[in-house]
Amino acid sequence: MLLRLVIRNALRHKLRTVLTIVGLVVAVLAFGLLGTVVDAWYAGAEGASSTRLVTRNAVSLSFPLPITYREKIRRVDGVTAVSTANWFGGVYVSERNFFPQFAVAGETYFRLYPEYVVREDDMKAFLRDRKGAIVGRKLADTYGWKVGDIVPLRGTIYAGNWTFVVRGIYDGKDRKTDTSQFFFHWEYLNERVRQLFPRRADTVGVYVVGIDDPDRAAEISRTIDEQFRNSLAETLTETEKAFQLGFVSMTEAIVVAIRIVSYLVIFIIMAVMANTMAMSSRERSAEYATLKALGFGPGRVGALVFGESLAIALIGGAIGIAATFPVAARFGKAMGSLFPVFNVSEGTVLLQAACAVTVGVVAAIAPAIRAARVGIAEGLRAVG
Amino acid sequence: MNDPVVEIRGLAKSYRRGGQIVPVLEALDLDIGAGDFIALMGPSGSGKSTLLNIIAGIDKPDRGTLRVNGTEIVRLREAELARWRAQHIGFIFQFYNLMPVLTAAENVELPLLLTPLGRGDRRRRAELALSMVGLADRMTHYPSELSGGQQQRVAIARAIITDPTLIVADEPTGDLDRVAAGEILDLMVRLNAEAGKTIIMVTHDQRAAERARSVVHLEKGMIRTETDAP
Repeated sequence: MLLRLVIRNALRHKLRTVLTIVGLVVAVLAFGLLGTVVDAWYAGAEGASSTRLVTRNAVSLSFPLPITYREKIRRVDGVTAVSTANWFGGVYVSERNFFPQFAVAGETYFRLYPEYVVREDDMKAFLRDRKGAIVGRKLADTYGWKVGDIVPLRGTIYAGNWTFVVRGIYDGKDRKTDTSQFFFHWEYLNERVRQLFPRRADTVGVYVVGIDDPDRAAEISRTIDEQFRNSLAETLTETEKAFQLGFVSMTEAIVVAIRIVSYLVIFIIMAVMANTMAMSSRERSAEYATLKALGFGPGRVGALVFGESLAIALIGGAIGIAATFPVAARFGKAMGSLFPVFNVSEGTVLLQAACAVTVGVVAAIAPAIRAARVGIAEGLRAVG
Repeated sequence: MNDPVVEIRGLAKSYRRGGQIVPVLEALDLDIGAGDFIALMGPSGSGKSTLLNIIAGIDKPDRGTLRVNGTEIVRLREAELARWRAQHIGFIFQFYNLMPVLTAAENVELPLLLTPLGRGDRRRRAELALSMVGLADRMTHYPSELSGGQQQRVAIARAIITDPTLIVADEPTGDLDRVAAGEILDLMVRLNAEAGKTIIMVTHDQRAAERARSVVHLEKGMIRTETDAP
């Protein structure tokens, strides 16, 4: 019956409770959405494999590496496969249609990335066609591409008009896999570059190196870099995760700002909720005094306030969490390829729930103490 | 007088108001026998409500002793006092003090939550208590759906449900019209006469006081007279 009392008390001032719940829903939703944005920021690093290394030019990512390094890297003990990738940076119709495009060493690249699931026939067609491209499912859905469609890209780094034929659409092995990328043959790129910019030919952006034992990643990285020490293009080899985190660290300040804002939102709703509970507690002094007169101890009276606060917080939290999924789905869609992986994680949901509970508990502390300490004689005088 | 259920000796209480100490009760002695129905009367500020609160264990005296049913309650700590009140005191307040979000039956059941009784037993007792005060047909009504007299009857049912040693009533008819007040007093007289309940009632109303077995007049914190009601 005490639970009934808690619930009915929570719903006593309907407008006040509804407004508080709406505030909580918005806060928990915003917290979840911002948390998902942060997760999306780290999605590349999260999706990285421990059996892949990335070798790039030690000076900067914008400096290429000679294609001749491929064989040398392949011969390093512990290396199982080597592939290449060049950032293409083309424009599809207009600059607004941004999506990542890579010129890759077709066969080896997809072997190193088993999370990109391509139908066998599509892969064969891709390997047969010099102008062929494999595109992610999300990307294909965004632009309505089908196998066989021709995709024109205007080069920015590699000037000129380029046309590709969609030969396959890859799906992600799981929800964390980025399916918004566009892959085509490095050979096709190199051929055109050789004609148009001969000095830039036979180079790659990065080498993707498959290794047999993740525990040897540091040792293999050192061995690779050692081979090219004092050459014209020294290398820097690191795990794929470290490579991806390197990108994230460039925007670390934004991530920190997002995190701060998300916790500020929770702090604000905590203050609003504490105010609601304080008002309720003050109005019910006589009722708490009556309960105490009847023999209810201070702990039980305080627990009623905590219960009421928690009930409101849990209702708001639950609705907020439930609303996060559809809102995040729409938000992710609206963001297009900016956040290729935009999923509400289990961790985010747990954090949202923890925040809702914390808001409920913290907001009730002062009012609960006040209710527990209410003097019976004084409280009873507050009636009428 | 029957064996005293309440024994008060040298009870004193004062309040601090605006830096001044205002004495409310001064060296008060009083015995209340089991089965008595006492009306405490006196002008405002005479200390009658303070005395009632101290007897009921919701206020503490500065000095003196107070034994209720053999227990020296002045020495009890807050948690012990809360348990003691739950077992020994039934409260009737001027403004009924019902929980507005609970039904009549739930309000009556409230004190039983502090007992080991199960849900079914609690509900049966609440129904019985409401039947005793003539509200068997109002079990599921909320206080806002009841008249003042009916609310006070619910409060009386709540006061008697634990079969307390003592029922304390602070101006139980103060918020009621004449007819409703009469009904409430009838009910209290019946509780005293038929169920043998010891009742201490604070009132300003001479007519209400006349329904008690004896009247204690307080003035300036001291007992002026103790008379048997006519």
